[in-house]
Amino acid sequence: MKIHEYQAKALFRRQGMPVPRGLLCRTVEEVGKAHAQLDGAVSVVKAQIHAGGRGKAGGVKIAKSREQAEQHGRALLGQILCTHQTGPEGRRVMKVLVEEGLAIDREFYAAIAVDRKRGAPVLLASSEGGTEIESIPREKMLQETLHPHEGLLPFQARAVAYALGLKGASAGEGAKVLAALARLFLDLDCSLAEINPLVLLEDGKVLALDGKVTFDENALFRHPDLEEMRDPEEEDAAEARAASHQLSYVKLDGSIGCMVNGAGLAMATMDIIRHHGGAPANFLDVGGGASVERVTEAFKIIVEDRNVRAILVNIFGGIVKCDLIAEGILGAVKAVSLEVPLVVRLEGTNVERGRQLLKESGLPIQTAADMTDAAKRAVEAAR
Amino acid sequence: MSVLVSKATRVVVQGLGEAGKFHARQCREYGTQVVAAVKPGAGGTAWEGIPIFDTVRAARKATGADCSLVFVPAPFAADAILEASEAGVPFVVTITEGIPTLDMVRVRAALDARGTLHLGPNCPGIISPGEAKIGIMPGYIHQPGPVGVVSRSGTLTYEAVWQLSARGIGQSTCIGIGGDPVQGFNFVDCLERFAKDPKTKGVVLIGEIGGSAEEDAAAWIAAHRPGKPVVSFIAGASAPPGKRMGHAGAIIAGGSGKAEDKKRALQEAGVVVVDSPAEIGAAMAAALGS
Repeated sequence: MKIHEYQAKALFRRQGMPVPRGLLCRTVEEVGKAHAQLDGAVSVVKAQIHAGGRGKAGGVKIAKSREQAEQHGRALLGQILCTHQTGPEGRRVMKVLVEEGLAIDREFYAAIAVDRKRGAPVLLASSEGGTEIESIPREKMLQETLHPHEGLLPFQARAVAYALGLKGASAGEGAKVLAALARLFLDLDCSLAEINPLVLLEDGKVLALDGKVTFDENALFRHPDLEEMRDPEEEDAAEARAASHQLSYVKLDGSIGCMVNGAGLAMATMDIIRHHGGAPANFLDVGGGASVERVTEAFKIIVEDRNVRAILVNIFGGIVKCDLIAEGILGAVKAVSLEVPLVVRLEGTNVERGRQLLKESGLPIQTAADMTDAAKRAVEAAR
Repeated sequence: MSVLVSKATRVVVQGLGEAGKFHARQCREYGTQVVAAVKPGAGGTAWEGIPIFDTVRAARKATGADCSLVFVPAPFAADAILEASEAGVPFVVTITEGIPTLDMVRVRAALDARGTLHLGPNCPGIISPGEAKIGIMPGYIHQPGPVGVVSRSGTLTYEAVWQLSARGIGQSTCIGIGGDPVQGFNFVDCLERFAKDPKTKGVVLIGEIGGSAEEDAAAWIAAHRPGKPVVSFIAGASAPPGKRMGHAGAIIAGGSGKAEDKKRALQEAGVVVVDSPAEIGAAMAAALGS
């Protein structure tokens, strides 16, 4: 689960990490007030969307007067912002964060994420913070493995602070920020906790100028209070609805809707469509059971996508028998009243009986002999 | 001959809910020795002739169970795995999906320290056709034979096994390592065992986007030259970056974990990589010369 920068900074503050003073604004008027309230000559107006690359896309603007701050607010609020992470459709900016301007000496990068190979969270840090961080290879970054229970030990935090080039009291402050970031990561079951940039101010203070925190969805049951940070505006409505029915759905931009049991087979089905010259409209895993209710819900979600011109159902019936799955598909097709061609590929237990049920139904369903046949038929039907 | 499990393996089932019961029954019907179940509070009773214990320690002491099959719900699964390890069970298979990643970080540290072997989580388990089935895969699609299968996926593995069996090519052992970012067995752990197993003549390796386990497998194959053909399919070539494709671990992040990079690494190590998931069986048949 992703959250906004202003929410990440609230969590940072709670951990005792210094962040710029700032106010969240939803209207142009609030932006102007915030600029005045922060009483500095300079403020920064930052679009709050769940995507990186805001700076380069014009989502972060510096204001030297109340009027200018309001101008920036007007240019951002309610508008669509496209960054390299949002895709061409962009995201609508509903909130901006107005922060005090600060005199920055140096910028660093610090982030904690789970390293799969080590099977443990790792702190990554670099003295080259800022917007170009993606171009720095991981191997070139400072790396410290977190202890699974103790987190980042004080000596590790100090070592990284010194290696970043921090000195004296600033090094001590930097180490404290890194240790706090590690505590936050472990305490809240994060999948990412990032400060980019972590800055050294001209007065020697160290501060988190930007923050990004993502939570492990599987651990949210331990943190019910985090649920209120969820922003439904930022989530795809169809994906959220699918999730509420225990369906795993990801919308793509092709024309062939897919319904498959199992994540690996679902990806493989997208791949084989692509292999035969088509384009998948979605990833959709209905799970092992493929009951009438779930299949019906899955069909509903697929046909709501206007790009869908054909549907490919690929089910490997292992434990659940193919005749039961066929009945599920038939029930769902009747309930949804499909208007696009449907290709079904069933394999596994009682497959003959399952195929026969589909054929005898009188419904316009093409039964495919195998995965290749299914993909070719679906690609043809979507043309 | 088989890898890791055999007719002699004695299984304790942890988590006797609906799924646990259903699959415990299926495993037993396949011929697996299911010798005990653990359900706190139900110790001293029995289910379908299988004795139930309150703790894994008691189950192991009474039955000599040497493999645990874990179905315990995600919030409590880490504790169950640690319990099995602490009780001295040498091999734990975790089917449960949705375990918090940091739980698995802590589990892995503890199990590595104790030397407990762990398969999963979020995996279909392991089967040695004709020997034992310790997992949720449909037993009947398998047949004994020369091919080892290792995969991060469930149904896609069944698909590959189906293609093999349809050609009369049986399997020595099929291992599902699961789709989570932090897991027990990885590809290399399985490749090492298949390389040493004299009855395994070839290996099917099914990977997917996310992480670098396939690249690690490629590096291992290049360095050790096991002398057995490896056929591979990598799922997710058409997946967009930054989107999780069902499995917690199936995500292209920060430019790494792409299918094309994995395919290239495996090809450079001499692995036969097929672009279509429908070609896995045929490619293995060709590689074995059958």
